Amino acid sequence: MNCQETQNLIHAYLDGELDLVKSLEIEQHLQGCQACSQTHKNHQALRVAIREGAPYFKSPARLRKRIQASVNQTSQARTMPRAMSWRWVGVMASLALIVILTWNLARGLSAPSTSDLLAQQVVASHVRSLMPNHLVDVVSSDEHTVKPWFDGKLDFSPPVQDLASAGFPLVGGRLDYVDNRPVAALVYQHSPHFINVFIWPSPGSPNTNVVAGMRQGYYLAHWTSAGMTFWAVTDLNQSEFQQFVRLAQSQVTPPPSP
Amino acid sequence: MWAATAFGKGNLSEHSERDRFEQTVLPHLDAAYNLARWLTRDDQDAEDVVQEACLRAFRFLGGFRGGDSRAWLLTIVRHTCYTWLQKNREHELVSFDEELDGIESVANPEEVLLDSVDQQSLRKALEELPVEFREVIILRELEGLSYKEIGVVAGLSLGTVMSRLARARKRLQQSLARLAVKEA
Repeated sequence: MNCQETQNLIHAYLDGELDLVKSLEIEQHLQGCQACSQTHKNHQALRVAIREGAPYFKSPARLRKRIQASVNQTSQARTMPRAMSWRWVGVMASLALIVILTWNLARGLSAPSTSDLLAQQVVASHVRSLMPNHLVDVVSSDEHTVKPWFDGKLDFSPPVQDLASAGFPLVGGRLDYVDNRPVAALVYQHSPHFINVFIWPSPGSPNTNVVAGMRQGYYLAHWTSAGMTFWAVTDLNQSEFQQFVRLAQSQVTPPPSP
Repeated sequence: MWAATAFGKGNLSEHSERDRFEQTVLPHLDAAYNLARWLTRDDQDAEDVVQEACLRAFRFLGGFRGGDSRAWLLTIVRHTCYTWLQKNREHELVSFDEELDGIESVANPEEVLLDSVDQQSLRKALEELPVEFREVIILRELEGLSYKEIGVVAGLSLGTVMSRLARARKRLQQSLARLAVKEA
C-alpha cells in the first residue's frame, strides 16, 4: 500500500471501519512511512482530545418533564376523536339500521347507539361493583357452585368457567341489571384488578368478533357467542385484558341442544 | 379473535403508545440533546428543538419498526435541527463544495501534533466548524456511531461519511493550530 492509498483510508482505519486485511496493510505502511505515521498520530491525538475534552451535553431534567407533559397532552388530544368513535359506530349502526329497516320492516331490531348506551351501563355497573360489599353475591372460585347459584334467579343459565389456570381466578357471581333486564355478572380477579363479565341471552344473534374500546379509563370488550351477549370491563392493562378476553371467548361452549 | 376495530385499536393503544415512547425515545434523550446542543450551540434552542423532535418521534412511533432506536431518534433530531436552523439562522447553512474541499493527498505540514489541547480552544474550534462537519464529528467521537449509523442519521453514503469526517478533522486541526499560534 502506498502513501496515497494510506491517506485515503487512514480515517476508516482510525475509526475501525476497515477489514482485517486492509488494516494490516495500513499498519505495515505506517511502520515504514514517517509522514503517514505522523498523520496517523495527529489524528489519534485529535480524537483523544475531542473524546476527553469536548463537553457532552446531558439533557436537563426539566426537559424530560416537559417532553413527558407534552406527549401526554398530545396523546389525550388524539384520544378525544377516538373516544367519539363509540358514537361513530353508533352512527354507522343507525345508518345500517335505516337501510335494513327500509328493506325489511318486519324485522324488529334494537335502537341505534345501543352499544354506546350499553357501554355506559356496563362501566357504571363495574364501578358500582367495586364499592365495598358490592362485588359478588356468591363467593366461589368453583364454577359448579357459581353456575347453579343463578338458577331460579335468571331465566337463563350463563356459561361459567374458572380461568385460574391462566391467572384469572373466578371470584364469584352477582346478579346485575343491564339493558333493561337482569343479567349474570361474573367476577374475575387478576392481581389487584377485577374484571366484570356481564352475560345475557341474545337469541338468534349470530356470533360476532370481539369489539373493544375504552371508556372513562376502563377497557371494554363485547362479543356474542352461542346465543349469549358478553360484555367484559376492567381497569386491567390492555394486553392482559386482551389475553383474558381471548380466553373467555374461546372457552365458551355452545349450550347443549334441547 | 381480538378485532382491530377503528376504535378498539385507537383507544386501547393509547397507554401502550406512551409506554413505547418511554422505552424507545426517552433512553436516548441525552444523545438527542447533545446533538441538538452542538448543532444549535445554545441551551434553550437545543431544548426547544429536542422537545419538538420528541413530539415528532411520538407521532411517528407507529412507523418505527424496531431496530436502532437511537439512530432513528437522532435522525429526527437532526432533521428538526436543520429545519430550525433554516428558519432562524439560515446563514449557518452555507453549502460548501464537496469536490473543491477535497482531502489532501499527503500529510499536511500545517498539522500540528496535538499533545495538549486546552478545552476552551477545542470547544471553540468545534463550534466554528460548519454544521455539516460538526455533526459528523459529534456523531462519531462523542456518540460513537459507526459510519453506517452516521450515514443513516445524516442521510449520507458511507463514502461521503468517510470523506466528510476526514475533512472535518483536517479543518479542526488547522483551526486548533491557528488558535495555538494566536495564544503563543
